[in-house]
Amino acid sequence: MLPVIKGAAYCLFHGPDLVMVSGTTYRTERIQNPNSDYIKAVPSRLRKFQDVVGYLPNQVYIGNIWPEDMPKYTRPWYENLIPDAKPQGPFGELVPQNLLYGVLKLADSFDLVVLEKDFQERIKPEMVATGLFQEQDFAKWKEGASLEAIQKEIETAHAEPLNLDGQLVGCVRRAHELDPALQAEVMLENLLAKATAVWTVRRFLKNTGFDPKEIEYIIETTEEACGDMNQRGGGNFAKSIGELCGLVNATGSDIRSFCAGPAHGMMAAAALVQTGVFKNVLVVGGGSGPKLGMNSRDHVKKGMPILEDMLGTFAIVVGENDGVNPVIRTEFIGRHKIGTGATPQAVMEALVAEPLARAGLKFGDVDRYAPELQNPEITEPAGAGNVPLANHKMIAALAVMKGQVPKAEMEAFVQAHGVPGYAPTQGHIPSGVPFVGYAREGILNGKYKRVMIIGKGSLFLGRLTNLFDGISFIIEPNIKETKPEGIDEEAIRSLVANTLRKVAEELKG
Amino acid sequence: MDMENQARVKAAAEKYNPEELVVILGGGEAESSGLAAETVTVGDPAFAGPLAGVSLGLKVYHILEDEVKEACDPKVYEEQIGMMEMVLDKEAITQEVRRIREQYSKY
Repeated sequence: MLPVIKGAAYCLFHGPDLVMVSGTTYRTERIQNPNSDYIKAVPSRLRKFQDVVGYLPNQVYIGNIWPEDMPKYTRPWYENLIPDAKPQGPFGELVPQNLLYGVLKLADSFDLVVLEKDFQERIKPEMVATGLFQEQDFAKWKEGASLEAIQKEIETAHAEPLNLDGQLVGCVRRAHELDPALQAEVMLENLLAKATAVWTVRRFLKNTGFDPKEIEYIIETTEEACGDMNQRGGGNFAKSIGELCGLVNATGSDIRSFCAGPAHGMMAAAALVQTGVFKNVLVVGGGSGPKLGMNSRDHVKKGMPILEDMLGTFAIVVGENDGVNPVIRTEFIGRHKIGTGATPQAVMEALVAEPLARAGLKFGDVDRYAPELQNPEITEPAGAGNVPLANHKMIAALAVMKGQVPKAEMEAFVQAHGVPGYAPTQGHIPSGVPFVGYAREGILNGKYKRVMIIGKGSLFLGRLTNLFDGISFIIEPNIKETKPEGIDEEAIRSLVANTLRKVAEELKG
Repeated sequence: MDMENQARVKAAAEKYNPEELVVILGGGEAESSGLAAETVTVGDPAFAGPLAGVSLGLKVYHILEDEVKEACDPKVYEEQIGMMEMVLDKEAITQEVRRIREQYSKY
């Protein structure tokens, strides 16, 4: 039986001050050119929480507005905020920075996150009020520190500051004096990935009522590496997340393939479930601190606010076929093979055309294609164009080349089968997975008959290979397998058993 | 253009006769293609990479330009570029790269 998508949760965490602490664009510039106009301008271009709540792509991410409805809204979206927008949505929520620091502290098992005493006390009740945390979650919290003590950690022990609206409220300490893999910068990055994932898994469990004990395996799919200098990517984010979400019956591991990681994770989860190894597998990805403000140089230059201030997360459970939830067609996985080549044409051929042909489907048989779903308002000012639109045009062009769509109808095909971009540029986050939640909803309510999720990854960034990467999979409605009439499985089983028994007796003599 | 590619172009221009060297761009946008063309002719406009202040003045074309298309095996071009030719704004990209080439190429 094909595996199903049992549910999905999506949350975004606001981290404007972290743009200047964890974001690599800012950090690099601060080292090279600390007095540059960009460095001076950044603080005044950071957004307030109410601005990110009213920002259309964020509302789409948490499930309040369907992606197809995005063209109805006037751009630039950052100037045309949605009035009365709520930070909660059916898939998850937008989390303010103070609570992000709270969950960062909660995710810390080694006393590395230090919060100022009053701040720490203030955020506890706010965290409990979300319904995701209980008093016992804070049992291990020691009393917070004084601002002087925190300042000293930063000045004398290389701790990374945690600021709120420019005011110091805490720090993240290094986990080792010399080990470069355990410095404060790396620990902050890894704890952000862990903590934001913990929040989103808890949100998933609360929203769906899913029993945490039923999850048997966790696949974590970010692009971070946790380990020490002897094994920088040793792992394991997955179990560290499950530990804080009550997933006591699960084990897990981390899958990496740059932005394609989540698609690999979904495929592996589907395979584990279909083969009966595990009944329910959680695929999860936390947020990326280093990518905060990645294109902020261009945003500042063009007079825009810094839009890359959100840490993106997702949590999806793939489980045994329940006869209801949409299925993953594991027999038609698209893959970018080592021998495929790296041209966009070769990549799209491998990820879209080949699996469709194998499934006996036409390009038009897929209602929505969800490839890289980056928010174009972030990428266009940086010269990278509208990434999802470019992907949809490539799919349409491939359909034209296969003679399935007339060239004059390319644009119409893009409109009818594309998904506008709405995900933050958090690497693994935009790559197809944000749409899994909508695909599930849309298939359950009859809006879609078929959706293709496409994850793509740029492996050259790791400088080990120039190869590209990608995985695609098709999601369809759950059609109950019907048995031919007149066949009673129980009767056949009993007949076979009786025959075998007779044979055994005869052999015994 | 990233640092590594700038270093590669610079090394090639030093190793071979720059007059016989052609840089073929594959960028997806007119603006970024124009900036790359500028980098290998006038020098890195961001003044950050190995070509900052280095005016190589190389011949530079985009893969979508007709001059390049005509020089390629049509079957290979269709296989490798056919799809992107339909997707990208060929006219805008061609116009931008040609403008830079005509203004700054020395050869």
